[in-house]
Amino acid sequence: MPDIIRKHADAVIIGSGWTGMIMAKELTEAGLKVVVLERGPARDTYPDGAYPKTMDELAFIQRSKLFQDMSKDTVTIRHGLNDVAVPYRQIGAFKPPTGLGGAGLHWSGQHWRVLPEELQLRSHYEQRYGKKFIPADMTIADWGVTYDELEPHYTFAEQVFGTSGHAYRVNNQIVGNGDGNVFEANRSAPFPLPAMKNTYSAMIYWKACQENGLHPFSQPSANASLPYTNPYGCQMGPCTFCGFCSGYACFNYSKASPNVNILPALRLSPNFELRTDSTVTKINLDGTGKRATGVTYIDAQGQTNTQPADLVIAGTFAYNNAHLLLVSGIGTPYDPQTGQGVVGKNLVYQTMSTIQAFFEPGKFSNPFIGAGGNSVTVDDYNGDNFDHGPLGFVGGGPVWCNQAGTKPIGGIPVPAGTPGWGSAWKKAVADSYVNTVSFDIEGSNMAYRQCYLSLDPTYKNWLGQPLLRFTFDWQDNDIKMSRYITGKMTDVAKSMNPKSTKVLVKNFGDHFDTRPYQTTHLAGGTIMGTNPRQSVVNKYLQSWDVSNLFLLGASVFAQGLGYNPTGTVAALAYWSAKAIREQYLKNPGALVQA
Amino acid sequence: MRAFATLAALIAIFAIHAAAAQTDPNPSLITQGAYIAAAGDCTACHTAPGGALYAGGLGIASPIGTIYAANITPDKSTGIGNWSYDDFARLMRTGVTKSGYTVYPAMPFTSYSRVSDQDLHALYAYIMLGVPAVNNQVKRPDIPWPLSIRWPMTVWRWMFAPAPGPFQPEPGQDAQTARGAYLVQTLGHCGSCHTPREITLQEDALNDVNHPSFLAGGGHIDGWMPVDLRGDDTTGLGRWSVTDIATFLKTGATDKTAAFGGMADVVHDSTQYLTNADLTDIALYLKSLPASSNAKYAYDNTETTALNSGDSSKPGAAIYLANCDVCHSASGEGYAKAFPALAGNPVVAGQDPTSLINIVLDGARRPQTTTAPSSLVMPTLAWKLNDQQIADVLTFIRSSWGNNAPSVSPNQVARLRKHYKPIPNTALSP
Repeated sequence: MPDIIRKHADAVIIGSGWTGMIMAKELTEAGLKVVVLERGPARDTYPDGAYPKTMDELAFIQRSKLFQDMSKDTVTIRHGLNDVAVPYRQIGAFKPPTGLGGAGLHWSGQHWRVLPEELQLRSHYEQRYGKKFIPADMTIADWGVTYDELEPHYTFAEQVFGTSGHAYRVNNQIVGNGDGNVFEANRSAPFPLPAMKNTYSAMIYWKACQENGLHPFSQPSANASLPYTNPYGCQMGPCTFCGFCSGYACFNYSKASPNVNILPALRLSPNFELRTDSTVTKINLDGTGKRATGVTYIDAQGQTNTQPADLVIAGTFAYNNAHLLLVSGIGTPYDPQTGQGVVGKNLVYQTMSTIQAFFEPGKFSNPFIGAGGNSVTVDDYNGDNFDHGPLGFVGGGPVWCNQAGTKPIGGIPVPAGTPGWGSAWKKAVADSYVNTVSFDIEGSNMAYRQCYLSLDPTYKNWLGQPLLRFTFDWQDNDIKMSRYITGKMTDVAKSMNPKSTKVLVKNFGDHFDTRPYQTTHLAGGTIMGTNPRQSVVNKYLQSWDVSNLFLLGASVFAQGLGYNPTGTVAALAYWSAKAIREQYLKNPGALVQA
Repeated sequence: MRAFATLAALIAIFAIHAAAAQTDPNPSLITQGAYIAAAGDCTACHTAPGGALYAGGLGIASPIGTIYAANITPDKSTGIGNWSYDDFARLMRTGVTKSGYTVYPAMPFTSYSRVSDQDLHALYAYIMLGVPAVNNQVKRPDIPWPLSIRWPMTVWRWMFAPAPGPFQPEPGQDAQTARGAYLVQTLGHCGSCHTPREITLQEDALNDVNHPSFLAGGGHIDGWMPVDLRGDDTTGLGRWSVTDIATFLKTGATDKTAAFGGMADVVHDSTQYLTNADLTDIALYLKSLPASSNAKYAYDNTETTALNSGDSSKPGAAIYLANCDVCHSASGEGYAKAFPALAGNPVVAGQDPTSLINIVLDGARRPQTTTAPSSLVMPTLAWKLNDQQIADVLTFIRSSWGNNAPSVSPNQVARLRKHYKPIPNTALSP
């Protein structure tokens, strides 16, 4: 029995990251009484991001100030179906958030749209390269939604985020000097702010890319290039390139976050209620199992609360939506042996590689200058922008020179062969620190039959619930993709005439290593799609099984993108909100007939 | 917390108002009265932080002790539920309560004395029918005997309070400026803070007729120095347009400035609710007040050039670069709507640096308004900068980019540091 039964709400939203706050704004505007439950503490620019205390690498990164407390709750990880999973006890490869704003408070600000063909990935590859081109164990799928359907929501999200960038094509007209991304899909509006300035490293990279026949452009960034007031009246300040974005709360109101760009306006709504330190343990169902009645959560005092609601929205961090469904008994858990079931299916990630070019002293690339969303990028090897036919792999990735602020503890790049300590290391650090140009290939990661989420049979969280278990490892297709692009880009690095280059790339047979940071862009587990046999939610992000339950976030991605997920996560949240406002509220029930 | 409580209270007003409207024969009078209450900023004193709307209890420091604002809800035992309109009007016009004593002049009855009958009737209707009655017994003043004797207040009133009479526009004043004068001088009681007071606590002037000290900047209030609202080019509103003033009062900021301290509360509780027409009239009136001095401001880029070329040799410049430059910029011009300019800012140019020192020590928070919901914060720097550093950086700011204000001494900082009170995390309340 719960200790407290709360007053009924029209909608309860689980999680206060981008998706939860977007949906809360939309639903309060529609007149609904909305309760948002956030498992972590309240956070805001002041005091959490107050200058200069937010610029503290030890507190924020090494001591995980904005990240989840892994001693209370985490996931377990194993590489294969026959392995025993163990808990991810120290944050390394990815950084699960907690607290008001979620990962939206500590993200970097790289704000992408999707490449249209990635939303129809399976049909696109089958059509262009034939069915046999896709490996048998690759479970990639179409999302069920098109770029044209999402386009207005990408545009609005950019206006809310105050995104800086150069558009390439607006309403089918090439704009500016054509110096945007030639591979970018058509847009209905330019970016609300001009592109950020480029760092010197990025300028060197731009030139080298151009000389190698590639198409560099200033990447869209949700770090404001100028002061900006968004459609909600929320105010941003201009980015100062302080270099403290990813992992930090921005002190200058420059990096878009739910806290800066939505909450100030949302707080004015009498329909909005936020409860922090409230951990949802279960989505409650009625006797039929087809309708959610609300959620159960544990508050800061450890009391069990029931929050009844007509509409339940889960906007938890990436994989946690799958955990919620599994512990709530909603949907059929995925079985990798049979391929049947859907909850937990298609756990995906990304495939990073990095190339560092070391120059003689005097280059002055000044890596202490930086901004998380600031990059010069090429998309020539992303998506299906290049012919995969002779290459024999699926996927790709953007390649960027993203000077985000090199910090001392995280490590200063040194040339290959440098000892890990001692005077030789010191000299290499001194020589390299301001004389390195580094760029990354953020490769995609396809979905595979053997990579999935399930409940761990052994380990439990602080509330006694089974931990979520990852079964995940690198697959040859993605390694092949990563090595191909990395090889191409190593040639670009060499054309800069550096003293030496260092390439950090995965090799065939490498296993997923949870220690070094890669990206936090996990996705899948409750994927969207065109039918309930192969997906958890329909094209409107509505559960096939429980029609008053909607799942938001990267958990609905059918497979991994090369791009960072936030832009698409936000566009999908607005798209889902529109469907709820314009269709569901008028006629509650399934929006797509199975 | 305060900001949110007030917001909740205002929402409550409209909810209650809707209920009252069913019984009251003239709901528009109540709506009008709610507007008058906002224009008069009754909340500033009569709603305690986190307390019920107009239930009183806020402690107001005075030179002779703490006064607690009255409960002005229609509660019959602890509020003014038994007051007739005449009782109410007598208090508002003369400062004399229903029971016959004279209130302390923290209650700006000297300004309210000229509020129109029509507005006062509306205000009374709103308080009686639109505000929920709250039983809240307010503490008696913490004023020691013999200062606590009330009859000298009557004498004070005889000596200093104006004879109640209707507001009179000045000859030749156009309708808009006259409306602005009415709002500023009566309901807005702007002079309570922005006009200097005599040692006997009366304001130097209650209107601008032959009174160059009217709104020429007041004395310290809660650690803040109310600025000059006259036409002075450096310390006043000389370079503000009518739109700037109206925008400031509506949103809490302009491209160049932001409200802080007591004025942030005024914008939050009062002026943001005024119509654009009234705000424009207020601005027109303020712009009609002549300057008290001929000093002119002209931007000077000497420091900008120096800072941008890495020259921080001027005393305080290095501290500025390390602590202030990120938001306020090397040009001292800040960033429009986000971070205030320091170059040519009247707050920076004032003779008395109290507000500046307190902003650096305590930090400052812009008000949250419905038109500008982001309550941007300048963080406290008291933990980081010592008295000498704060004095140096403020002296730098006050003597750069064309600013020409007296230097700041470490002793001035030390005195204010004793009252250090960092800004609260109010935005965190859900």
